[in-house]
Amino acid sequence: MSATFGRGAATSYQEDLQNSDCVLIMGSNMAEAHPVGFRFVMKAREKGAQVIHVDPHFSRTSASATDYVPIRTGTDIVFLGGIIHQILEQERWFKEYVLPYTNAATIINDKYVDAENADGIFSGFDPETGEYEIDRANWQYAGTQPPAAAGASGGQTTEDWSKSSAGHEGGKPEVDLTLQHPNCVLNVLKRHYARYTPSMVAATCGCSQEQFMAVAEAMMANSGRERTGAIVYALGWTQHTIGVQIIRTAAMMQLLLGNMGRPGGGVMAMRGHASIQGSTDIPTLYDLLPGYIPQPDSRSKHNSLGEFIRKETPPTGYWANMPKLVVSLLKAWFGDAATQENDYGFEWVPRIDDDYSQLNTFAKMAKDEVDGLFLMGQNPAAGAPNSRLNREGMRHLKWLVVRDFFLLESAEFWREGPDNPNPAEIGTEIFFLPAASGAEKSGTLTNTQRMLQWHEKAVDPPGDCRSDLWFMWNLGRRLKAMYANSTNKRDQGLLSLTWDYGHDDIEVLPDGRRSSVVDEPDAGKVLREINGYTTADKKQISGFGELKEDGTTASGCWIYAGVWPEEGRNRSAERPVSDQVAANPRPRLDWAWAWPANRRMMYNRASADPEGKPWSERKRYMWWDEAQQKWTGYDVPDFPPDKAPSYRAPEKAEGMDAIDGDTPFFMHTDGKGWLFAPSGIKDGPLPTHYEPIESPTLNPLYGQRANPTAKIVESPLNLIAPPADVEYPVVATTYRLTEHYLSGGMSRFDSWLNELQPAMFVEIGIELAQERGIEHGDWVLVRTPRSEIEARAMVTPRLHRLKIGGRFVHQIGVPIHFSFTGEVTGGQANELTPMVSEPNVKMHEGKSFMCDVRKGRLERASDKPTVQWAKRPQETPMAETPDQAQPEGRSA
Amino acid sequence: MARISNAKLRHPFFQLRSGQQEQPVSGVTMAKHSRIRGAVAVDGVCPYCAVGCAQHIYVKGGQVIDIEGDSRSPINEGTLCPKGSNTFQLTVNPHRQQQTLYRAPYSDHWERVSLEWAMERIAQRVVETREVTFRERDDEGNILNHTTAMAHLGGATLDNEENYLIKKLFNGLGMVAIENQARI
Repeated sequence: MSATFGRGAATSYQEDLQNSDCVLIMGSNMAEAHPVGFRFVMKAREKGAQVIHVDPHFSRTSASATDYVPIRTGTDIVFLGGIIHQILEQERWFKEYVLPYTNAATIINDKYVDAENADGIFSGFDPETGEYEIDRANWQYAGTQPPAAAGASGGQTTEDWSKSSAGHEGGKPEVDLTLQHPNCVLNVLKRHYARYTPSMVAATCGCSQEQFMAVAEAMMANSGRERTGAIVYALGWTQHTIGVQIIRTAAMMQLLLGNMGRPGGGVMAMRGHASIQGSTDIPTLYDLLPGYIPQPDSRSKHNSLGEFIRKETPPTGYWANMPKLVVSLLKAWFGDAATQENDYGFEWVPRIDDDYSQLNTFAKMAKDEVDGLFLMGQNPAAGAPNSRLNREGMRHLKWLVVRDFFLLESAEFWREGPDNPNPAEIGTEIFFLPAASGAEKSGTLTNTQRMLQWHEKAVDPPGDCRSDLWFMWNLGRRLKAMYANSTNKRDQGLLSLTWDYGHDDIEVLPDGRRSSVVDEPDAGKVLREINGYTTADKKQISGFGELKEDGTTASGCWIYAGVWPEEGRNRSAERPVSDQVAANPRPRLDWAWAWPANRRMMYNRASADPEGKPWSERKRYMWWDEAQQKWTGYDVPDFPPDKAPSYRAPEKAEGMDAIDGDTPFFMHTDGKGWLFAPSGIKDGPLPTHYEPIESPTLNPLYGQRANPTAKIVESPLNLIAPPADVEYPVVATTYRLTEHYLSGGMSRFDSWLNELQPAMFVEIGIELAQERGIEHGDWVLVRTPRSEIEARAMVTPRLHRLKIGGRFVHQIGVPIHFSFTGEVTGGQANELTPMVSEPNVKMHEGKSFMCDVRKGRLERASDKPTVQWAKRPQETPMAETPDQAQPEGRSA
Repeated sequence: MARISNAKLRHPFFQLRSGQQEQPVSGVTMAKHSRIRGAVAVDGVCPYCAVGCAQHIYVKGGQVIDIEGDSRSPINEGTLCPKGSNTFQLTVNPHRQQQTLYRAPYSDHWERVSLEWAMERIAQRVVETREVTFRERDDEGNILNHTTAMAHLGGATLDNEENYLIKKLFNGLGMVAIENQARI
C-alpha cells in the first residue's frame, strides 16, 4: 500500500466500514478471525450494503455475506486484475477522481517493457541475481529521473536521490490528460490486463464466469460520487510470494473506482497481532528505523549523515523533510552526545549489508552463522514456516534467551517435538525468563487502524515475571556498566544512548498499593521520548511539524509525535464516555489517538472533489471552507490545513511546496496515487499473476511460472514439490480459528479456550474424502516434501474441488494453532509449509502449498499434552467478596 | 423483612440502602451482588488480535479478579470475542512460569536460577559474542559498525515502548538482525 498510496498502513478505521455500500472481503475470514471488527460489516449489511466474500474456504464470513465465491488459493491477482480489466473495458472508472488524483495520465518512458511482452518478466531484470535493477531506470516517468517513494521501501533502498534530476531542477513528469499517448499509465494498464478476461479468470481461479462478473459489477456499481465500496483483507493476501502485489492490485482497483480517502471506501488491512502495526511503526525490523526511515546500508555507502540524507531524501513530497526526521531521531537516541560535529552520532547506527530478515536469519542459524538469539513473544519452533528447519536452526545456537508466559515449543525444542531431539547432542545454553502479562505492565498498543491505546498496569507480575520493558532497560543498564570504562570507538554509541527511564517516585498501583517490583522503568517516560521534545528545555512537542534539523528537537518516532503533546497529557490514555458510541458513522477523534496527527482516515483530501467540495451530500467527509480558507470536516485533514485546492506548485518548488492543491497522496513525490509504481516495489511496477512456488499448474499467462524475484531457502530440510507433481496433488491452505491464537502460545495453555476447541483437525471436502476413503473423524496424514503431520479429518462441503484449466483440483484447510506443548497438542501446519519468501517484505507462503492426504497415524502420536489440563484457573477465593458472589468452586 | 446485618457488607451501596429504611427484598437477596462490586477498574487493551478492543481489568485485594470489555469503546462497545474473554487466563493461570529457568549446554533438564544470575550471565554472553564478531568496516572501507552473530525475534505482541527500547538498545550494540512477526 505504501507503493500505491504513500503509507504502509490500513487507510481507514474499522467503524467506517458501516458507511460502505459494498464490502469485498478477500484473503480474510473476518467473522472468525476478527469477530468484533466484523460488527461494522454487519452494520453496513443492515443498512443495505452488499457484502462479498471471495475465499477458498466457506466460513462464517461467507455465511454472513450476501455473495460468496470460491477460488483457488493464490489466484487473487487474476480475480482482481479481471475486475480492473472490466473497469477499463467498460469505461467505468471514476474519471473526475482518477485524472487529478492518480498517475493515470502520466507518461512512462519508452525503456519500459511490460511483462506481457516478455513472457512474464518486466524490463530491467538481472537473471544472475534474480532481482530487478536497483535504480529502476526502466520503470520511470518520462521527463524525470527516479520519482519514487522514500520510507518503507524495504531493504536496500531502490532510489538514489542524489542522482535525481527531478524536483531540484524542475522537471515535472510529462502527462497527457487526453489519455491519447500510448505510454500513459492508463493505456499501459489497459494492455497489461487485456488478457484477464472472465473466461481466463474462471479457468485459473476455478469459479464460474457468472460468479466473477457479479462481483465485478457490484464493485463498479458502488463507485462514483454517491457510492463507495471497501476492501477488507488479512493474512490470506499477505502470506504469498506475490502478497504485496495482490494488495497492490486491490489498491489500484480502489483508486480507479475513486474509493480512497472517502467514507465507506479504503483498503482495510486486518492485522493479526495486538501491536503488529506498532512494531512496524517502531520497527523491530532489520531494514527500518522508527517512522519508516530506512536503516543505513553500507551497499548504498551511507558513510556520513550528509550522504545518507542526500541519497534518501526525495526533493518533493513529505519525505523531503527527511533531514528533520533523522536528526530528531538521533537526538532522541544519543542525547547531548549527538552534535552537529559528530553527525549527531549517525556513525553509531549499525549498517545493513545483506538480508537479515527472520527467514534468512534462521536459515543462517542452521549453518552455524548465528551465535545468540533473543526471543520475546514469538514462537518460531512452531509458528514459523517450516518449523522443523527453525528448530534445527535454534539447536545450532550457542545461547538463547526466551521470554514468554509458558514453556512453549520455543523453550522446549531441545527435548520435545516431532523430530525426537536428543538433548545430549544439543549444545545451546538456554535462559527462560518469565514475562509479565498485559495486565501487569503499562504501555501502548497500536491497533489495525493505527490507533495507539494505553493500557495501565493493574497489579505487579508474580515471582520472577517481568515486563519486556524491565528486561530491556535492566539489560541496557548492565551492559552500559560493563562498558563504562571503555574508550573504544565502537562502544561509544552504546554508552551514549539516553537511558533515563526510572520512575521518579515510588510506583503506586491503581488500587493504591505500592509496587514491589524493583527497577521497573516508567513506560510513560519512554512514550514521551517517542513523541518528542525540545532539547533545550525538554518541552513536549505537539506534532511532527515542529521538528527541526538543527538538533534542537528530539523525537523517537516522528509519526507518533502528538500522542503526548504536552506535559501531563497522554492522548493514548483518553477514554471519554460519549453518547455517540452506538452506531456512530463518524470518527471518534476523542477516543485515544491515531497516527498521523490523529487522522482516522488517511488521504481524506480525496473525499472532496478537485475544487474542494464534497463529491456528494451522502459521502460528505472533508471539504475546503472558502470563508476560513482552510480544510474542515469530520476528521483531521490529511493535507496541509490551509493549502487551497487551487494551489499550483511554482516551477522548481521543493518539499511540500511542490504538492498541488488537488493531489491528496502527498507522501509521494508527485502527490498522486500510483496506479503504476515507478519504484518502491521490487517485483514489478504492475501486479501480474504468478503461481505459488508450489502449485498444481503452470502459469496460464507466461512461461515464467512463479515470481522470479521470490527466494527459496536452500536446505535439505526445505524441499519443494515441482509444479503439478503427482505425488503432491492436493492444494493446501492454512487458517485461523476463533478460539485459538497463532501457534497456541497464548491459547493452548488456557483451559477455557481448549474446552471450546480441543483438538487439531484438517478440513477436507466431500469429494476428496470419498476418493481417499476417509470418513469424518478418521485420523489422516498430511504430507509435503518437508514433513508429515497427523490430524482428525473434518469432512465438510465448505471446501470443494475446483475446475482448474480443465481438470479438478482439491483444496484442504489446515488450522495453524496446534503443536507439541500445552494442555492440548497436535500436528502443526508449519511443519508442512515451505521456507520461501516474498521479495518486498520477506513474507513466507503459508497460504498455498501442495500436499497429499491419506488415512493413517504417525508412529509417534502428536496429541500428548505436556501439562495437565487445569480445570479452573484459580482455586483460592476472591478477596473481599461474599460467598454468594464467588465464581463457581471458589468459596471462602 | 430482615435488615441487612452481615458485617461483611461494608460497601457504600448497602450502607445507603440499609439503616432507616426497610427493604422490599430479603437479606439473602440483598447480599447477592456482582463479584466486581468494590473492585478497582483499570484500563486495559486486549492482547490478542489487532482489532484493539478496550478492556476493564478488575482488581480487588491486590488480585486481578476479572477482565471484561470496556463499554465506552467505539470499537468493541463492551463486547469481547472468545479469545478476548480469555485474557484473564493469561494473567491467572497455573501453567504460567514464575521462576527463571536455565538449561545448560547438553543438559537434559531445566534448573531454577535467580533472575539476577540469569541477567548477569546473559549480559556476559552478549559482550563475548559482540567482542568476537563486531565489524567496523566492510572490505571496501564502508562503515558497518555491526554484529550479525546475535539476533532478536519478536515484537508484534509487545508494547510500543518495549519495541522502542529493543530497537534502541540492540541497534546501540550493533545488532542488525532484529525482526518480528510483522511484514511491511
